Amino acid sequence: MAEPIIEVDGLVKVFRGNVRALDGLSLQVEQGIVYGLLGPNGAGKTTLIRVLTTLLAADAGSASVAGIDLNADPQAVRSRIGLAGQFAAVDDYLTGRENVELVGRLYGFSRRDARQRAATVLERIGMLDVADRQVKTYSGGMRRRIDLAASLVGSPQVLFLDEPTTGIDPASRRSLWELIRHLLDDGTTIVLTTQYLDEADQLADRIAVIDHGRLVSEGTTADLKNRVGGTVLDLSVSQADRPNALAVLEEAVVGGVTVDPGRDTIVLPASDGVTTLYDVLGRLDRARITPTDVALHRPTLDDVFLALTGSVPGNEAAAGAAVGAGTDRETGADR
Amino acid sequence: MNTVIAVPSLRRTTAHAAVLARRNLMSSIRRPDVLLLSTIQPIVFMLMFLYVFGGAIEFALPGAANGDYVNWLVPGILAQFAVFGASATAFGLNDDRTSGVLDRFRSLPMARSAVLAGRTTADLMRAAVILLLQLAVGILLGFRWQNGVLGLIAGVGLALAFCYACTWITATLGMVVRSTEAIQAAVYMVVFPLTLVSSVFLPTQTMPGWLQAFAEHQPITAIADALRGLMLGAGALPPGQTVAGQAMVALAWIGGITAICVPLAVRAYRRAAT
Ligand SMILES: Nc1ncnc2c1ncn2[C@@H]1O[C@H](COP(=O)(O)OP(=O)(O)OP(=O)(O)O)[C@@H](O)[C@H]1O
Ligand SMILES: [Mg+2]
Repeated sequence: MAEPIIEVDGLVKVFRGNVRALDGLSLQVEQGIVYGLLGPNGAGKTTLIRVLTTLLAADAGSASVAGIDLNADPQAVRSRIGLAGQFAAVDDYLTGRENVELVGRLYGFSRRDARQRAATVLERIGMLDVADRQVKTYSGGMRRRIDLAASLVGSPQVLFLDEPTTGIDPASRRSLWELIRHLLDDGTTIVLTTQYLDEADQLADRIAVIDHGRLVSEGTTADLKNRVGGTVLDLSVSQADRPNALAVLEEAVVGGVTVDPGRDTIVLPASDGVTTLYDVLGRLDRARITPTDVALHRPTLDDVFLALTGSVPGNEAAAGAAVGAGTDRETGADR
Repeated sequence: MNTVIAVPSLRRTTAHAAVLARRNLMSSIRRPDVLLLSTIQPIVFMLMFLYVFGGAIEFALPGAANGDYVNWLVPGILAQFAVFGASATAFGLNDDRTSGVLDRFRSLPMARSAVLAGRTTADLMRAAVILLLQLAVGILLGFRWQNGVLGLIAGVGLALAFCYACTWITATLGMVVRSTEAIQAAVYMVVFPLTLVSSVFLPTQTMPGWLQAFAEHQPITAIADALRGLMLGAGALPPGQTVAGQAMVALAWIGGITAICVPLAVRAYRRAAT
């Protein structure tokens, strides 16, 4: 790996109430890639972004962005980064263009440069035709775009996007993905957070899976997928059949059979998809076990966690949602 | 690739503050309903006090008020509005924090103080317009300054200086207190008692002794008295006070508040994590 553009070493951030939002996190990001931070609610994604964008001081550990230590010269870091936070930070009563120009001015550009840069960026994100409307008339997706434009106007070397597509309809989300990928063309490094595996999958070259402020796993999307398997089979059986079923399944797919305690469901990789499904059902049938529910689906974030850590984060919530989970799991895959 | 060099010099800070002040003003001009209401409210306030209290207390007024309550009230109400107008800063900063705009600013290569300076400057300019309007309505209703135009101008200047000092109190408030409701409560809790127990509406001599002692030594009275001295002359002041003396007391309050609250506000801004 070339000299990393971001180096994070043992970061710790403890909030009041003894919440360890970052718990000795270390990672490195290579220049010119999209780096995805994947994790459930409360994993520490936003906290990491806030530390790396100099909004928050870590309690321990060190980090550098673009070769500059965050503590040594935060101001120099700020001039090299762009940030689009978890919620679009735009002024509703200014127009889209005014918002972007404002940020340009605050990066230190002259009025004329800021105007020119704003126009370029607005064109690039396809907002030029609506740029002179007040932001309060925008849809959620348009607000996000303007926010993204504002974070781009300083031509940052590193761009931080915190859940860039949350709350956006699927079509706009897809076009935002495209937009973000295009930013790589001029060498920008992008760090983005997401709760969605499919988003990380579509966008990121490398992914860090984070939970409880710690790095759970790191690698290319291919690495991660291999660890989970291409397709996942969810099986529910009655309590009495459980031990037998587990024995049969272990035989069918060697390794990788886990029980998701939150949903009271057996989860196993189905590497051959439907073929595996038939095979598994046949074996269960011969053992006189009838599943109460079966679902075949692409791996979700939960499955990644289950495969990587053997437990699902936020089990309390999962347990509450377990009733009738079988049927909406399929749609869950491309949330 | 990167052309920005982050050295927050004084010039850069001022430039950024100006850019932000402009943004704040534009943003408030685009809300004509809010703008209109916040302009009318202080004027309605003045009319209310003028006609509710006016008849009852004219006899208690010092000679320089010419037996006209409006002469007593206008300088007082300007002092009061200086505080009220300053409260906009708390709300504006709080809005910017909850919408994430402050986070964006904090991630940009600019001086921390520019955001606060831009906000307080914009709020001062807005307050100045309303204050002058209030004065104009007062003049229409019969307010007559008795100490020359220079005295009047000095009075307006002093009121605005006080207003600016107060914006730094409310800036601190806006960074420390987390919700609009709480800010509202805090503003009312402080501003109402402080303006009622002062010489803004009534001469303090009519208050019971212990209250009078407090009323005479708090900043709003100091400003109101100084404004009266400057606008109406020494005859409007309690016995033994001079116009210059009162102006000095007022300036001391303004200087003191600024010296304490500017660093406090900047510190609170630095720490304000969403
Ligand atoms: N300012 C704060 N004060 C106290 N606790 C905080 C603060 N900010 C975050 N936390 C806590 O730190 C933990 C990590 O929060 P963080 O916002 O980084 O998570 P996240 O991964 O971004 O979650 P989400 O997906 O919900 O955005 C959470 O438990 C959160 O409650
Ligand atoms: Mg977050």
